[in-house]
Amino acid sequence: MSDEQHVLSILVEDRPGVLSRIAGLFSGRGFNIESLCVANAAQEGISRITLVTWADSVIIEQIIKQLHKLINVVKVNDLTEAPAVFREMALIKVSAKPEFRAEILRIVDIFRCKVVDVSAEHYTVEVTGDQGKIAALLDLLKPMGIKEVARTGITALSRENKNGH
Amino acid sequence: MLESEGVDSIFGYPGGVLIGLYDELEKSDIRHYLVRHEQGAVHAADGYARVSGKVGVCLVTSGPGATNTVTGIASAYCDSIPMVVLTGQVPTGLIGNDAFQEVDIVGITRPCTKHNYLVKDVNELADTIREAFHIARSGRPGPVLIDLPKDVLAAVTNFKEPKGPVAMRSYNPTVKPNIKQLTKVIKELLKAKRPLIVAGGGIISSHSSQALTDFARKLQIPVTTTLMGLGAFPGSDPLSLGMLGMHGTYRANMSTGDCDVMLGVGVRFDDRVTGKTDTFASQARIIHVDIDPTSIRKNVPVAIPVVGDCKATLDMLNELLAEENLGDIPEKREPWLGRIAQWKAAQRLAYDQKDVIKPQYVVERLCAITEGKAIISTEVGQNQMWAAQYYNFDRPDHFITSGGLGVMGFGLPAAIGAQVAAPNELVVDIAGDGSIQMNIQELGTAMQHKLPVKVVILNNGYLGMVRQWQELFFGKRYCATNMETQPDFVKLAEAYGATGLRATKPEEVDAVLRKGLAAEGPVIMDFVVEREECVYPMVPAGAAITEMLLV
Repeated sequence: MSDEQHVLSILVEDRPGVLSRIAGLFSGRGFNIESLCVANAAQEGISRITLVTWADSVIIEQIIKQLHKLINVVKVNDLTEAPAVFREMALIKVSAKPEFRAEILRIVDIFRCKVVDVSAEHYTVEVTGDQGKIAALLDLLKPMGIKEVARTGITALSRENKNGH
Repeated sequence: MLESEGVDSIFGYPGGVLIGLYDELEKSDIRHYLVRHEQGAVHAADGYARVSGKVGVCLVTSGPGATNTVTGIASAYCDSIPMVVLTGQVPTGLIGNDAFQEVDIVGITRPCTKHNYLVKDVNELADTIREAFHIARSGRPGPVLIDLPKDVLAAVTNFKEPKGPVAMRSYNPTVKPNIKQLTKVIKELLKAKRPLIVAGGGIISSHSSQALTDFARKLQIPVTTTLMGLGAFPGSDPLSLGMLGMHGTYRANMSTGDCDVMLGVGVRFDDRVTGKTDTFASQARIIHVDIDPTSIRKNVPVAIPVVGDCKATLDMLNELLAEENLGDIPEKREPWLGRIAQWKAAQRLAYDQKDVIKPQYVVERLCAITEGKAIISTEVGQNQMWAAQYYNFDRPDHFITSGGLGVMGFGLPAAIGAQVAAPNELVVDIAGDGSIQMNIQELGTAMQHKLPVKVVILNNGYLGMVRQWQELFFGKRYCATNMETQPDFVKLAEAYGATGLRATKPEEVDAVLRKGLAAEGPVIMDFVVEREECVYPMVPAGAAITEMLLV
């Protein structure tokens, strides 16, 4: 059995310590967390945690069951099982020497991202997309010199049925 | 509020932040048992819960009072014992300031409680207590901790008793199993040639031993139990195989390696039961019934999973069975039961009683003299295994042991809690000389509250189980296991005002047991036993469960 990436969408009650319960569950049982994205969900008092992990089929079954077992967890969905939209946002501070400025702006244009901060030596670029797009952009910007990167981790929602049934 | 949850007894120890609460407790009808160490309070609540079937409650102060409960809470969590632990906390304004006797007990106990709370507003107190008791006793039971800051305890509010059942959006354990799965189970078991039932602590906590016994007898399926499941099926029934696992009986362990269908009910297939998991019952189709979905497919592959309460499941299975024709079962079962009988004849639990007292002999005599009716608690180690092997349990709720966590020092306080729950029954702690010293101070609790628990010490002057491993796997190098330096247990008992007795020769065993069990009040009986006796059969750690070292 080989490890596969799973994106778990977890609805939790917005109570003190709930994140620590989830993080503690993963560390205590030797599961891994690749990324974690937490914010309020649509319903009041409920937060959505989007958690990315790598596991084989036996372990992912355990992870999902163990999450369900936590009292504050309302719902767990494995979004890798069904159609879903995955997005991540990244802020990339890239060195922008005069000779590279035009090139960086061209790349920004092609990737449909934005420059959100400018200084004498740097651009800060905001990009949204799936992981592949962000990886590709980072690859292209690398030669200019990337100073800092801040990524949100994947956030995701399942797709609704297109036919409306 | 506690009274309305059915609480009649609390095990506790006061402290700075709890003085006010204790002042109020005095005015209620709840009986408080003052322990000598907070660990003892939790184990006592554990023993109380197992015997009474109610939620055990303890009350301790902040800081060290709270941290001293952690071992007991972790043990109750492993063994799925319903319990509510109330800890005092420094006033809300001081939380996070490293105040005197402040500790983040909610943080510390997060991984070893079923759930825990810090109550910051007195208006949430009543609902929190209700929720805590509901969580502790429902689903797979477990300990719940409530941290209570001093100012919240002191605050006054308009108390309106909450009514109706507790409704929680995120917690609804599955009690009733899926009927489709159950029809598959019946089909599988009717087809089976060599079926085997493995029964665990879930049978005991769901009070389904009668349903299990009916089911096994109707289908003539042999039953082995885990350590936690002792008493779930009558040990003297011809279908009983005794305990399985690392120190299980030969026939129980051999059956796991030869059965074609294994029905696990209320078990979690831990490593002491399965040995090497790849080889455990790998020839069998495993049916697994448990109320906790995480227990299923955690350690062994399962062909038919059933999530549900053991009692609800077995009741429904018995109903389904009523519609089947079982006339040919006895004939069909003959070859399988015959093979098990051969295993039984080939290797029985045995020891050779000569000039020095054998620990097994003491347990066997204890069982005979008490007619197998005593409530037995144990410490952990060789004493625990001999108690499990040589005391015959025909009824549930009579064997109290720290099965999952394996806490030395568990037996005496657990016996105290059991005695509180069953004041008229004989409660005996089977102990080792090492374990008993870990919580010997609770003899003071037993004396103060007039709880006549009896302690049988199998005294070999060693930490015997570790010594056994050193003998078998570490070239007999007995590092740090010799405990010849020990108190005179007879004088120690007397120092507490209890009765102390000692036997050094086999012919004294019966007399000491009879005298000790008949004596009033707490008694310590010190049996000086064969120093280097080992527990057999034994499966070396990591080996297949059928590869036993025999005597």
